Amino acid sequence: MHTHNPVHDLVRMANQIAGYFQSYPQEEAVTETAGHIRSFWEPRMRQRLLDHVGTGGDGLHEIALQATGLLRAPQNA
Amino acid sequence: MSIKDIDYGTPARDSATMVTLDIDGRTVTVPEGTSVMRAAMEAGITVPKLCATDMLDAYGSCRLCMVEIEGRRGTPASCTTPVAPGMKVHTQNERLGRLRRGVMELYISDHPLDCLTCPTNGNCELQDMAGAVGLRAVRYGFEGENHLQAQKDESNPYFTFDPSKCIVCSRCVRACGEVQGTFALTIDGRGFDSKVSPGALESFMDSECVSCGACVQACPTATLTEKSVIELGQPEHSVITTCAYCGVGCSFKAEMKGTTVVRMVPHKDGGANEGHSCVKGRFAWGYATHADRQTKPMVRDSIDEPWRVVSWDEAISFAAQRLMAVQAKYGRGSIGGITSSRCTNEEVYVVQKMIRAAFGNNNVDTCARVCHSPTGYGLKQTFGTSAGTQDFRSVDKSDVILVIGANPTDGHPVFGSRMKKRLRQGAKLIVLDPRRIDLVRSPHVSATHHLQLQPGSNVAALNALAHVVVTEGLVARDFVAERCDPVEFARWEAFIRDPRHSPEAVEEHTGIPAADLRAAARLYATGGSAAIYYGLGVTEHSQGSTAVMGMANLAMATGNIGRDGVGVNPLRGQNNVQGSCDMGSFPHELTGYRHVSDDVVRQQFEMVWNATLDPEPGLRIPNMFDAAVDGSFKGLFVQGEDIAQSDPNTQHVFAALRAMEIVVVQDLFLNETAAFAHVFLPGTSFLEKDGTFTNAERRINRVRPVMPSQTGKQEWEVVCELAAAMGYPMRYESGAQIMDEIARLTPTFAGVSFAKLDRVGSVQWPCTDGDSVGTPIMHADGFVRGQGRFMITEYVPTPERASRFYPLILTTGRILSHYNVGAQTRRTANVAWHPEDILEIHAHDAEQRGIRDDDLVSIASRIGATTLRARISDRMPQGVVYTTFHHPVTGANVVTTDNSDWATNCPEYKVTAVQVTRSNHPSDWQIQRGAVVEVAAE
Repeated sequence: MHTHNPVHDLVRMANQIAGYFQSYPQEEAVTETAGHIRSFWEPRMRQRLLDHVGTGGDGLHEIALQATGLLRAPQNA
Repeated sequence: MSIKDIDYGTPARDSATMVTLDIDGRTVTVPEGTSVMRAAMEAGITVPKLCATDMLDAYGSCRLCMVEIEGRRGTPASCTTPVAPGMKVHTQNERLGRLRRGVMELYISDHPLDCLTCPTNGNCELQDMAGAVGLRAVRYGFEGENHLQAQKDESNPYFTFDPSKCIVCSRCVRACGEVQGTFALTIDGRGFDSKVSPGALESFMDSECVSCGACVQACPTATLTEKSVIELGQPEHSVITTCAYCGVGCSFKAEMKGTTVVRMVPHKDGGANEGHSCVKGRFAWGYATHADRQTKPMVRDSIDEPWRVVSWDEAISFAAQRLMAVQAKYGRGSIGGITSSRCTNEEVYVVQKMIRAAFGNNNVDTCARVCHSPTGYGLKQTFGTSAGTQDFRSVDKSDVILVIGANPTDGHPVFGSRMKKRLRQGAKLIVLDPRRIDLVRSPHVSATHHLQLQPGSNVAALNALAHVVVTEGLVARDFVAERCDPVEFARWEAFIRDPRHSPEAVEEHTGIPAADLRAAARLYATGGSAAIYYGLGVTEHSQGSTAVMGMANLAMATGNIGRDGVGVNPLRGQNNVQGSCDMGSFPHELTGYRHVSDDVVRQQFEMVWNATLDPEPGLRIPNMFDAAVDGSFKGLFVQGEDIAQSDPNTQHVFAALRAMEIVVVQDLFLNETAAFAHVFLPGTSFLEKDGTFTNAERRINRVRPVMPSQTGKQEWEVVCELAAAMGYPMRYESGAQIMDEIARLTPTFAGVSFAKLDRVGSVQWPCTDGDSVGTPIMHADGFVRGQGRFMITEYVPTPERASRFYPLILTTGRILSHYNVGAQTRRTANVAWHPEDILEIHAHDAEQRGIRDDDLVSIASRIGATTLRARISDRMPQGVVYTTFHHPVTGANVVTTDNSDWATNCPEYKVTAVQVTRSNHPSDWQIQRGAVVEVAAE
């Protein structure tokens, strides 16, 4: 049986990115994580992540959570 | 183009010192070390020869090339005699003629006189030499003892070995050793009993022969002859083109009879291969005319229905209307496409243009997503551009070669042979790989260090290598100070110096004895020019991009960048991976790796394309699958890729494809993905394409059509028609015109045109106008990004762990005889070597499970299971199993997971926790697939 949890996948991906940048100083890590997501994630993925944050952001790495604050809401999601 | 190349008899020499001599009254100046034979040929004087050829070192056995040299006694062989200043050489006189006739008489006295029916009639050096020396009679007769009844070996599917025609010149034996580096052939016996022997008097198929064709190419008689030549006769013209298999991108002469390929011969002037080939490029081209080839467009309303053959107009109209209907219903971003690294730059360019301009979004991605996307990210971050740093020739100058997660003798065999040649010359080898690949120990090659690491621990191992460099004072301080960002270096140095990165500290993760790792680090840092070559064993991990940056750090820290013999070099899987990435196939980048959010760049494209472009990145391939399952992505155009077989977590891919309302497949064959398609647009093989491929060394090579398109159209024409049917007019007159547009919009392709490529052969980007051949070595005077940037590379173990229920780690890869999903090679005689995917397993792991050679076994992961045959292999470390993904019935990707690289979503094919058990039946998935295939065949 094929199962798929889209939010879980996005959280995993965002946490992986944050996990890489966490080696850098906190402010830089947050900025780089946000920049990476902005550069490489399609707007609907970013929106879904923001929606998840809107409902508490369960499971998100602290840096990823802070990075979502820097992501502007996509215009054409 | 003529069939025969000039054979200079011995290889060219590279020397700054020039030598002038006199040959038959002509003054000749050549580099020091050149043979008299070659000097004569360069002056237009042909010296008879049989055992000499310019692909091999001089041997001096046939005694036909003897010359007279004033002041020297006797008649020395011109092939083994180097030129000397003031030398006076005579190549022709009565005495030399008499001696040569005598030699030829002996050869012909033991050779069949069947020239008129011989397959090489008209292309036989023995025949040519008999004519050249004026042989008119054989005084010895033909009744004596001879080899004329020797049995033919026809075991190889592609060539025959007829020892009755052999003159024992050893060219085949030397080619196997010197060029290919396999040493499968030898001369058995002595004197009259001497004969060429594959292995220990085995047949070619039973020997270690890898069927590269070097022996066939070297043979001066009909002893080794392509079966296609025996069947079709000698070719009458040739066309230079580029192989469509791996990222080496070998140049070939397609030798033709009308529009039929007689044989493919590696092109001596090809910059990537310089006259060598492998079994795929040399022989496995028959798929282009295979009976499975689809040449008519087809459509169907539902994937449960049979296909209907329709006209091009109907197929294109059907596809356009469905795609537009999906967009009308679900939104502009609900469709997208995937480009292919098996297609030309021009074909890839028009697909991404169609998606950006006609679909109106950036939902374009390419198969590089699942192989080398971390290379793009990692090298861009550190060096400033998404490409390998060297040309292939560079390895000839390496003193230390570090191979990580690559298997060049199987995956990139022509470059593998080149590397082995350098290793035989004395370069040191470090291999970082869980498996004992052939390079670790093969004839006359032995790795100084084989660091047999645990799958998934690349970053820990690379960090430990760098830790040794930093803590043992091996940093190239001058290089770093001059070329690299000092702030980033200082930060990295402090990071990597930490004891947690020491070989001793990471040993529990990597499994590499610390002392071995330290020794390897010292060798890399201090052994002279050190080069890194890597493959998918680096990139296809959750930390693939981190590992690429780790290698770049290591190269910068030791100053091994920016000159011959060094560098960081991805070995690209498919022939045009580099090109498809260059051509703007990624959802966030336009051609030349420029982000879609860059207003200036985007406006340049908007002006030329007359379209408004989306400034936001689009979906990557895995994101497309996820969005399809979620219901927001409903239409896909797939160019020349078989995502249903090649992408991980097959069940998820199947679910995504089933969820789409329109899937358009453009391909040669009804592949696994086509089972989910509504429109099939027949594609063209490389023998029909008119365009360019860009290989792993950034070399842009021409792909020339040798036969008419089997479909009546070039693939780019079909894409243009689809774009036009969707309301975006896109028209080109030729592939050349597409390249002109690429060059205009892409700074690294400046000045590239078909006319220039036809004139200079090939160019390596970054290019400049004029007749420059580009940039063989990158970052020579400075990094593309300015200062090299050291990146922090913390090791983060993959979440995919072995457990009590899944105690083994599966890693996947490829084998010499097959290519990618096998769609091409499975439709050739290459299946003789690898008819099915095999699971390699360590003897201890097999014994624990009661598994013997050739047993059927079930391999199960947390995702799925499949059944295949097992082979006990001493290549494997305990706890790790390996298989290939060349055969769809195996479904190796049924077991691989959704885990992916943090930066690029490149799947983690190389680490899957599995259990292996004996089995006697196919897996549930294989039974389901059988049902799907049955429906598709109806």
